[in-house]
Amino acid sequence: MRVVVQEQPFDIGAETTNFAAGHKDMGAIVTFTGIVRDLPGDPLQAMEIEHYPGMTEAALTEIAQTAIDRWKLGDALVIHRYGRLVPGEMIMMVATASKHRKNAFEAAEYLMDYLKSRAPFWKREITDTGESWVASKVEDEDALTRW
Amino acid sequence: MDVLYFAWVRERIGIPREQVETSAATVADLVAELRLREERYELAFSDLTALRVAVDQKLTDFDAPLDGVREIAFFPPMTGG
Repeated sequence: MRVVVQEQPFDIGAETTNFAAGHKDMGAIVTFTGIVRDLPGDPLQAMEIEHYPGMTEAALTEIAQTAIDRWKLGDALVIHRYGRLVPGEMIMMVATASKHRKNAFEAAEYLMDYLKSRAPFWKREITDTGESWVASKVEDEDALTRW
Repeated sequence: MDVLYFAWVRERIGIPREQVETSAATVADLVAELRLREERYELAFSDLTALRVAVDQKLTDFDAPLDGVREIAFFPPMTGG
């Protein structure tokens, strides 16, 4: 398992290649990438992501370990950025490796659901008209109940 | 103990962290003490349903005990991913 919290961009191609290497017994690799999306009607200048150093790494590691145990993954990768990002930039990625695709897909969804509302990150949107903290969504909390 | 604030809680209180001497038994007791300090704390802690708390970097509830705790953090619901 690898958990990375960093300010600088990551290379999704290189990360995926490295992740896939050395897992000859794993038939399925699933990756998900989150990207800063522009806002319709109120152009986004930037998104600033704050986090809680120390707790962030611990929370992501615990979430990833739970996924590995539950879906019998061969490996899991979580990369999440913080700091100032502009639309089109990659915010985060997860990758899961398992013998068959079903577990890899499910585990990737689990990772995404949990790191949305259980990892200590806070997003702030800066637009032409002002700045505001992104509010958490009820759907994100509800999404956890299916696990 | 060290008390940390993140996102709009940090903005309302005006500092990211501070040392607090307290004999509060639980997180809720500490919050009650802080609210009495100054208006900015009252403002930050006015609606506890809008807040989350971590004790020694683990998410917990407002009734969590503070005995032996080194670090406590207050912040809004998280928005990762």
